[in-house]
Amino acid sequence: MSNWFYLHGRAFMQALRRLASQPLGTLLSALVVGIALSLPAAGYLLIDNVASLARGVSGTPEISVFMSQDASAEDIAAAEKRLRGDAQLAGYRHVTKDEALRQLEKGGLGDVLGGLTANPLPDAFIVTPRGEDPALYDSLHARFAAWPGVAHVQLDSAWVKRLHALLGLGRSAVLLLAGLLGFALVIVTFNTIRLQILTQRHEIDVSRLLGATDPFIRRPFYWFGSLQGLLGGCVALATVWATVHALGGPVASLAETYGAVFALTGPGPHESAAILGFAAFLGWLGSAISVRRHLAERLT
Amino acid sequence: MIVFNEVVKQYPGGYTALAGVSFEIRHGELAVLSGHSGAGKSTLLKLIAAIERPTSGSVSINGQNVSALRPRAIPYLRRNLGLVLQEHRLLYDRSVDDNVMLPLVITGHPPRDAAKRVAAALERVGLSGRGREMPAGLSGGEQQRVAIARAIVNRPSILIADEPTAHLDVAYANEIASLFKSFNAAGVTVLVSTHDERLFAQHSPRRLVLHKGLLQGAGA
Repeated sequence: MSNWFYLHGRAFMQALRRLASQPLGTLLSALVVGIALSLPAAGYLLIDNVASLARGVSGTPEISVFMSQDASAEDIAAAEKRLRGDAQLAGYRHVTKDEALRQLEKGGLGDVLGGLTANPLPDAFIVTPRGEDPALYDSLHARFAAWPGVAHVQLDSAWVKRLHALLGLGRSAVLLLAGLLGFALVIVTFNTIRLQILTQRHEIDVSRLLGATDPFIRRPFYWFGSLQGLLGGCVALATVWATVHALGGPVASLAETYGAVFALTGPGPHESAAILGFAAFLGWLGSAISVRRHLAERLT
Repeated sequence: MIVFNEVVKQYPGGYTALAGVSFEIRHGELAVLSGHSGAGKSTLLKLIAAIERPTSGSVSINGQNVSALRPRAIPYLRRNLGLVLQEHRLLYDRSVDDNVMLPLVITGHPPRDAAKRVAAALERVGLSGRGREMPAGLSGGEQQRVAIARAIVNRPSILIADEPTAHLDVAYANEIASLFKSFNAAGVTVLVSTHDERLFAQHSPRRLVLHKGLLQGAGA
């Protein structure tokens, strides 16, 4: 096992030396990989920020359940009992007809309401579902509407559906972009490794004659591809952070004009690790395909 | 021990390099393989190192049938052979030390032990203290010595050399021939191909003469 670590350590150092021996080429490759990766990474963060902004601006979606004017106290109590025991709800608030009237009076409609002989407002429940799945809102709407004494259920889920659809579209677009650019990165690494193999053909042939196994010959190329990908990932992270830093101020000012407090957030530790890991994996994949393709032919 | 049993080697296109060769080289022997250009000397050595496969017949090294080896097993066979090839096959962007150390790196020797072995191998071929030099700065004979040091650094039981004295003047060629004799005296089985067997005549080797793919003589 220690020999395995030694050989990997040696291959790792060999790959580092090869990267360091051609600084301009390494820099350009890292920039190509980094800039290509920064696009889907920035897209993912944009979607994440938009989702949190939408939640902040619109608040938590609610369902209003209005009882009928002639609903009995038993109907209202039964509805409240059902809401209390419902596991799909995060909470509810009972607004009695008297409380609703007081709120209207406070809202400046006292003169209008003063001319009425009786309170025209019904009892109502403001219900907060657990989660934002549009399907949940639809099923709750149907269930509440079937309860006795319920006159009307107001469900404002259209914006939830639109938001979900938009975010879903955005995520699909980012995935597609990541797939396409990832494929491009695999090709870039494939070609870099192909050139490396061509320039080191003599060394590879001599090593084989001296008893080098295929893993021994392949290891430095795997490390080279992975390190190149990792460097590209670092460039992508730096690009995303620079973008967040540059746009953070203007976006916050824009949000302020809408009365909202909002700050762009960059990639957290998990997202950063994912970007670096994905980049290293793509580099490894490109090198693995290239090595398999170009080292397949045996020495004669 | 090296055993060839009715070995035929035909190349695509129908050229027959070896046309049924059988011989046996026992442990500790010094054998010289001679013949004109195109007689099949290099092909014979390539079959021993599993660089080529026989069309028919079998090649065995120390009881192991090389012809039937799986590709994965070939590197481990080569690690037990010392190979000195035509044109030296040195890495010219590496120092002499690094060139000689390559077989030890391949087998994963600890660096400190490897450095000692490299120094000993270079001393054995008369290049002590030249390890930091680059091969391009050495003469042809010295480069051949580096290739020989690389072949013996793993302490192989069999040493195979393909025209190690080619392109060398007589003085250098005699030195190289003496080196092989000294390895043989230390117990190493040595098989050397040469176009000029007179170089090894004073060392009383076993003679193998190839002519048009057939063995003409199998004993000294």
